[in-house]
Amino acid sequence: MNSFSYLNDLFIPGGIIIAQILAVLMPVLISVAFLVYAERKVLALIQLRRGPNVVGPFGILQSFADALKLLTKENIVPANSNKIVFLLAPIITMVLSLAGWAVIPFAPNWVIADINVGIMYLFAVSSLGVYGIIMAGWASNSQYPFLGALRSAAQMVSYEVSIGFVIITVLLCVGSLNLSKIVEAQETVWFAIPLLPMFIVFFISALAETNRLPFDLPEDESTLVAGFFTEYSSASFVLFFLGEYASMILMSAMTVILFMGGWLPPFDIFPLNAIPGVIWFVIKIIFILFLFIWVRGTFPRYRYDQLMRLGWKIFLPLSLLWVVLTAGFLITFDMVPNSL
Amino acid sequence: MYLYSFTFYIFSLVAVLSALMVISAKNPVHSVLFLILSFVNASGLFILLGAEFLAMILVVVYVGAVAVLFLFVVMMLDINFVKLREGFLQYLPFGALLGIVLIIELGILFLTKSFSENSLTNFVQLPQINDVENTKLIGKVLYTDYFYLFQISGLILLVAMVGSITLTLRDRGNVKRQNISSQNFIDANNAIEKKKVKLGEGI
Repeated sequence: MNSFSYLNDLFIPGGIIIAQILAVLMPVLISVAFLVYAERKVLALIQLRRGPNVVGPFGILQSFADALKLLTKENIVPANSNKIVFLLAPIITMVLSLAGWAVIPFAPNWVIADINVGIMYLFAVSSLGVYGIIMAGWASNSQYPFLGALRSAAQMVSYEVSIGFVIITVLLCVGSLNLSKIVEAQETVWFAIPLLPMFIVFFISALAETNRLPFDLPEDESTLVAGFFTEYSSASFVLFFLGEYASMILMSAMTVILFMGGWLPPFDIFPLNAIPGVIWFVIKIIFILFLFIWVRGTFPRYRYDQLMRLGWKIFLPLSLLWVVLTAGFLITFDMVPNSL
Repeated sequence: MYLYSFTFYIFSLVAVLSALMVISAKNPVHSVLFLILSFVNASGLFILLGAEFLAMILVVVYVGAVAVLFLFVVMMLDINFVKLREGFLQYLPFGALLGIVLIIELGILFLTKSFSENSLTNFVQLPQINDVENTKLIGKVLYTDYFYLFQISGLILLVAMVGSITLTLRDRGNVKRQNISSQNFIDANNAIEKKKVKLGEGI
């Protein structure tokens, strides 16, 4: 046990992992900044405004200016709050929204951890996201955040159920939980086409899971001030903000992998398949993110009972029915993939 | 190998410490949060064992669903925990007795020779483990050899669900309900009623 074996067994593999993590997380964090800019610009176009256009060319550096301003402000912790949990909540939100990126395959073999249960890991990480919000709401020791946290907990747990069933339908067609294999199974046709209703259910549930409009009741500014992050300021607010947008990008990546063929080009013909897979992946993510923003600019907010009704009375039976239909179809036509 | 043992000790240390904090934390919400931390670390240990599917199920089911509801209830309850702790010494002997019995039983199991030689494998048909994913292995066993047990556990959950619904379902009388389809068919013609109001009379 000399120092050399430590170097070989601990520091070199550890160092490689850290380098890989940085290589994924830095682009994600930077793309969050541009996503915020894109959202403001697209919303401005929808509402016939100009949007940010002062900082940098076309206002492209606006998000960086905002982040700098926020980080230099004082971080106010309410006197009656539960201090440790209060400060832990934004950190958890941020860490969880970044943790999911560990299993995302950007292109063939471009993945940090190519684990067999990749989709389960993503599902687990996205279901943990609710803790950041509940903890924030409880620790703030104030009514509006608490109401926001309760709404959010009920909402995220409800929509997770239908997300789970949608994932099962896709898995039935793939025969593996590995994300790379899910993408490879879509070489002939993207799952968005045979499973179109599930694609729509998944997209709408993703909106609810990331607390986006029209399901942004946890931070409903017209009734709850700012919902669960009412009491947050400065750096802890920035963490919530970054976490929320990073999980938006993560959910879009998940949608792309499950339904839009990940890194695969739409048709396997010359000019299209010459473009590297990672570029296709990013283009598809940007498309889904545009849908997120488009929905925000178009639809009014759901009322709480309508939200619950949609989740439990429409999506749950629909996705359950579709699981049975898909399974029956695959068995009848002897198309079960990867059978034992 | 160092990385492996390093992660093992980190996961197990945090799991044990957070389990201790679950029973010693003053604030019940903190207790639940430590319980969650303990669950997450236990799933980390599962991953180190190679039981990746179990690890993910542990996080999805216990942390993602059960503990959320648990936290929900604990946050909403208004319990005087100083009062609750008064009987601590009174219950200590009984609790300690239970703990000691459990440790002795586990110790007997551990020391028995048959256990260390994997006598369990004589009763249970273990699937052949080669390069197959353990998700597939679990599925192979669960839906064939243990199909009836699997169905029975599903039935138990169904009974629990029906039970909790019957407990909470009651007719509350004057609740105003909305007919969603009639709301969806509202347009300007049937939503607005035009009336000629005569001057000085009103409706």
